[in-house]
Amino acid sequence: MSQESAAADQSFLSVKDLSVAFRTEDGIVRAVDGVTLSIERGQTLAIVGESGSGKSVTAQAIMGLVDRKAATVDGEIWLDGEELLGLPPADMQRLRGSQIAMIFQDPMSSLHPFYRIGDQIAEAISAHRDVKPAAARKEVVEMLKKVGIPAAERRVDDYPHQLSGGMRQRVMIGMALINSPKMLIADEPTTALDVTVQAQILELITELKAEFGTTVIMITHDLGIVADVADEVAVMYGGRLVEVGPTTTIYASPEMPYTLGLLSSIPRMDKELPKRLDPIPGNPPSPINLPPGCVFQPRCAYVSRVPGDRCSEERPELLPTAPNHAVRCFIPGEERRQIAHDVLAVLAGDPQ
Amino acid sequence: MTDGGMSGGATTTGEELLKVTDLKTYFPVRSRGLLPRVVGQVKAVDGVSLTLAPSETLGLVGESGSGKTTTARTILRLVDPTSGSIKLDGEEISKLSRRAQMPMRRKAQMIFQDPYNALNPRHTVGGIISAPFRIQGVQPPGGVKAAVQELMERVGLNPEHYNRYPNEFSGGQRQRIGVARAIALRPKLIVCDEPVSALDVSIQAQILNLLRDLQDEFGIAYLFVAHDLAVVRQIANRVAVMYLGHIVEMAPRRTIYVGPLHPYTHSLLSAVPIPDPVRQRSRKRIMLQGDVPSPIDPPSGCVFRTRCFQAQDRCAAEVPPLTEIEPGHFVACHFPVAEPSATAAVPSVTASVDTTPVPPTAPPPRSVTAVEAESASSETGAEVSTKG
Repeated sequence: MSQESAAADQSFLSVKDLSVAFRTEDGIVRAVDGVTLSIERGQTLAIVGESGSGKSVTAQAIMGLVDRKAATVDGEIWLDGEELLGLPPADMQRLRGSQIAMIFQDPMSSLHPFYRIGDQIAEAISAHRDVKPAAARKEVVEMLKKVGIPAAERRVDDYPHQLSGGMRQRVMIGMALINSPKMLIADEPTTALDVTVQAQILELITELKAEFGTTVIMITHDLGIVADVADEVAVMYGGRLVEVGPTTTIYASPEMPYTLGLLSSIPRMDKELPKRLDPIPGNPPSPINLPPGCVFQPRCAYVSRVPGDRCSEERPELLPTAPNHAVRCFIPGEERRQIAHDVLAVLAGDPQ
Repeated sequence: MTDGGMSGGATTTGEELLKVTDLKTYFPVRSRGLLPRVVGQVKAVDGVSLTLAPSETLGLVGESGSGKTTTARTILRLVDPTSGSIKLDGEEISKLSRRAQMPMRRKAQMIFQDPYNALNPRHTVGGIISAPFRIQGVQPPGGVKAAVQELMERVGLNPEHYNRYPNEFSGGQRQRIGVARAIALRPKLIVCDEPVSALDVSIQAQILNLLRDLQDEFGIAYLFVAHDLAVVRQIANRVAVMYLGHIVEMAPRRTIYVGPLHPYTHSLLSAVPIPDPVRQRSRKRIMLQGDVPSPIDPPSGCVFRTRCFQAQDRCAAEVPPLTEIEPGHFVACHFPVAEPSATAAVPSVTASVDTTPVPPTAPPPRSVTAVEAESASSETGAEVSTKG
């Protein structure tokens, strides 16, 4: 698939050593630092992290939405054999909306309040394809039906404010998919929605993915959503990937202390946990002032497992620990697995 | 739901700290123009009864528009009730004037969702946490500053940061400031309105632990308003589920999560994805269609019937009263679903069949996938599906 380039590997999307650094008054902010990941065609990758982890900036960089005047973007992004970071802006503009599309947390940020939703989606068509207005409108109504807007023939002439939050999110998904992009990036698409509506939207994304064969990057902080939709998981912390692996592996045998800490921090709806949770102490680091060595080291409970001050002096690399599973941690693999085993045993708790 | 006798749900009958009976909070809808007149009412809270014992936590859950926040704010008299009774520590507070509310505010405090907007950016942390002392004219022994620094230490803040401003703190630390302010007067009740929903997961757990520790230490009762059912399971002793201004189910924590009876509670639990990929992908799903109807014009009969997979003719005609089905377990439904919840342990075999819940007496529920309705918000029907 990637004959055009010897540099690209087999993956549909492959990000290599991506770094995004913003220049601010307070100094350089390394929002994304050396992210390398890949996704196979038709798969869903979840990028998980807390605020400031760099997960959204990673997505924006893939979409070519990082303002190059304010930030330097280094690395390579290969999409289906084409390198995106080196593309002239006009070519990137052509790809955006036709090859890669994005949906955001707040649909109102993507929908213009003064224009009818049908016209806005039709504009997305005419920006990339030569379609007559009547045909475009027909296509829009079809898409609105597909994303579950009732009475689509009538609602196509609604303004965004006439729709509920869930319906607006459906419209935005319809707009993103109208040109059948190969890749969809969803940045916290359900965070602003109620759980019953969230369930509808996640179901919709899964259905459309199956229908169109779209490759999806889901950016979220919610480990429940990850468990629901992702094939692969990339855990980010302080701008770096700290653990990457198949979803079942990340939940059943995580190895990075941060991933373990996340799993220990979340209250569970499906089981009775001890009265007190065992959260990660402290706060996520400020991207402007990242700790030396391992970014997680100031909050890590297992620093003493590593001889000397290695964790605070040396930067660990993301290294494979099992097939498709990579971890950024100095603790020896055997010891990491033992720690994970003990922590997960406590979390298993009462299965009721 | 107008009978005060069914207001209960308390584990104790004699010593309720808070007893709310048939509370209604309606907001007028006015026409536009030169001479606006009242053309309708938003029935934000429509006949809510609940109780809270000392040192107890009652979780109040629901989606947006359910009236959970208005219920909480009305109980604290931040919003005036339309009718009904609110008894705090034996005293009727629903009709107190603003001035007469002062003593009650020593007993009941609030923690807000957004730690960024709940603190005055121009006041120091010391000024913010000491405000309750000033307003109530309380002189703590040892002086205000010492008392505030003790509070700061208690909630996990550095007392030396007394003179700093809120913008110098992270979201989690700001929420700790809010907690310190709320416990300053040693209240008996704290209403927590989505106190952790704006925080990162690691910080969420820290604040939940803090609230729990403070409850153990000071015997505070919490009315804990949240949309996150996992958070509520972690902190609540009992849970009340609200929908369109009504409590539709109220029960001890474990009962709500393991053996709920109301179709809405079942739907809500099944909609929350659980952080376990194997179990999540083999769970029973009840997919509700559409959105919550407008509280200006709620459905007749049962408010949930337009989205309910159990709905029958009777549901449109008759309001189901909140009835105590077993001790402490209250349900407002004509056709309750006596099935294990979607969170209960699933069989080890991956469920691939349609596991539509069927009540023992009622006919099988209708399975409506998409009904073209008058508007998106009044779309009816529900679909039960299993993703395998």
